[in-house]
Amino acid sequence: MTEEFRPRILVFCCNWCSYAGADLAGIGRYQIDPHFRVVRTMCSARVDPEWIMEAFRLGADGVMVAGCHPGDCHYIGGNYRTRRRIALLRSLLSQFGLDPERLHLEWISAGEAEKFASSVNGFIRRVGALGPSPYRETAARTDGVAAEEAAHA
Amino acid sequence: MPEKIKIAIAQGATCSGCDIAVLDLDVELLRLFEVADLTFAPLVSDVKLKDVEAMEDGAITICLYHGAVRNSENRHIAGLLRRKSRILVAYGACAAFGGIPGLANVTSRKKILDTVYDDTATTVNPEHTRPQTKYVTPEGHELQLPELDEQVKALDDVVEVDYVIGACPPTREMNVKLLQVVLDFVNGKAPLPPKGMILASERTLCEECPREKPEKVTVDEIKGVDYIQPDPDKCFLEQGIICFGPATRGGCDAKCIKVNVPCRGCMGPTASVIDHGGSMLSAFSSILRVSGSETALPEEEIQRLVAKMRDPLGTLYRFTLPKSLLKRVVSERPPRKE
Ligand code: SF4
Ligand code: SF4
Ligand code: SF4
Ligand code: FES
Repeated sequence: MTEEFRPRILVFCCNWCSYAGADLAGIGRYQIDPHFRVVRTMCSARVDPEWIMEAFRLGADGVMVAGCHPGDCHYIGGNYRTRRRIALLRSLLSQFGLDPERLHLEWISAGEAEKFASSVNGFIRRVGALGPSPYRETAARTDGVAAEEAAHA
Repeated sequence: MPEKIKIAIAQGATCSGCDIAVLDLDVELLRLFEVADLTFAPLVSDVKLKDVEAMEDGAITICLYHGAVRNSENRHIAGLLRRKSRILVAYGACAAFGGIPGLANVTSRKKILDTVYDDTATTVNPEHTRPQTKYVTPEGHELQLPELDEQVKALDDVVEVDYVIGACPPTREMNVKLLQVVLDFVNGKAPLPPKGMILASERTLCEECPREKPEKVTVDEIKGVDYIQPDPDKCFLEQGIICFGPATRGGCDAKCIKVNVPCRGCMGPTASVIDHGGSMLSAFSSILRVSGSETALPEEEIQRLVAKMRDPLGTLYRFTLPKSLLKRVVSERPPRKE
């Protein structure tokens, strides 16, 4: 069983900068590793920590949040909240036992198609090297545990 | 005079504070015993589990189960009392959300046993003996110990629960209200409330908190409550002290706040929140002050600002780790060798 590990990566992009940057990367035909899905939010600050934890619970191997550069957020200071939240969330996730590298924050403007491509590629490579998230196993095992414990009771 | 109802108080992985909270009804208990018989309550009466096993299913009207579910005995008691009771209440933060014992989910069963039976400085155990769940004495008596589970759970993770009551432990005022619910039900004065969380507000604690709060709260720096004397009238968060009010259900009458201690969240989250810690993390990081020179602020500076929160996991999930989205701590595999 030496099948190549394909990480599952979720990328949140804010509507005004990063999603436009992703779009441009598509138009510009940049080569991007296909192992990711994009979710568009109005602002990076809309990304609730619960969504990120839910992604990990469901077996994501890495989550990237992309927003406008400091000073450029469409809602003035949304990304300032985002960077505090992500910093705190990274230290929380590392207490949960996840490598904090699995959560990544990146500032990508509407014109930075190349940066979108290279940061997604870089992130997928780093997560790929970490291997599957340990929560993948618990996600797959939960039902088994419940069944086993029911048999016990 | 309607026939007396039967009540039970069952113990899971508990500190028994919840037992004491019920006893704290003191004179009000007399009103309870006018309408109810106590059938099973290990703290105060000598009724054995086998007596409960002998009862008909549904024979107990209301059972309060307190404590988390963390071993085979807890699971057995939870299942048994579920069968024997018409109404099962997850009573107190441990039964409701896993509570303080739920913090054991930061480690594994193996590590707990290793620490207790090998690693502590005062332990000498060269044969690495571990407790056995069954032992037959030389005289032929079989002794049993419960088996520790891999992870701690809340009561409704293992059996169906009718009502959930938060707080560690539920306050006297909450218990007086609970008593009234029971009395009204027995006397046919009011139907039982809809299933789910009861004796709690639908709003956050901040909304029932008596402290003065500014229009917009901002935190300059996170401070530990153990190092400063908090101002008794000002919002804790405004003073830089982590207070769980914005993420926590009201209903405790702001007990801690009134004695100048910040809320730690024992009532659990409001109905709209899935993950108590995540919701508090979000609320808290949103009010960390944004400085004028934010555009020039390096990420290390941000890291330094949030690092002031000691033990985020223990702080954010003090009472609700088993009910959090991630539920328990995991460990990364060592990197694969080529
Ligand atoms: S909720 Fe609090 S008082 Fe009740 S058993 Fe748990 S720790 Fe003890
Ligand atoms: S944060 Fe705490 S002190 Fe401030 S209003 Fe809310 S409950 Fe009261
Ligand atoms: S103030 Fe907070 S910690 Fe104190 S009793 Fe109320 S909910 Fe629990
Ligand atoms: S709109 Fe892009 S970060 Fe706020």
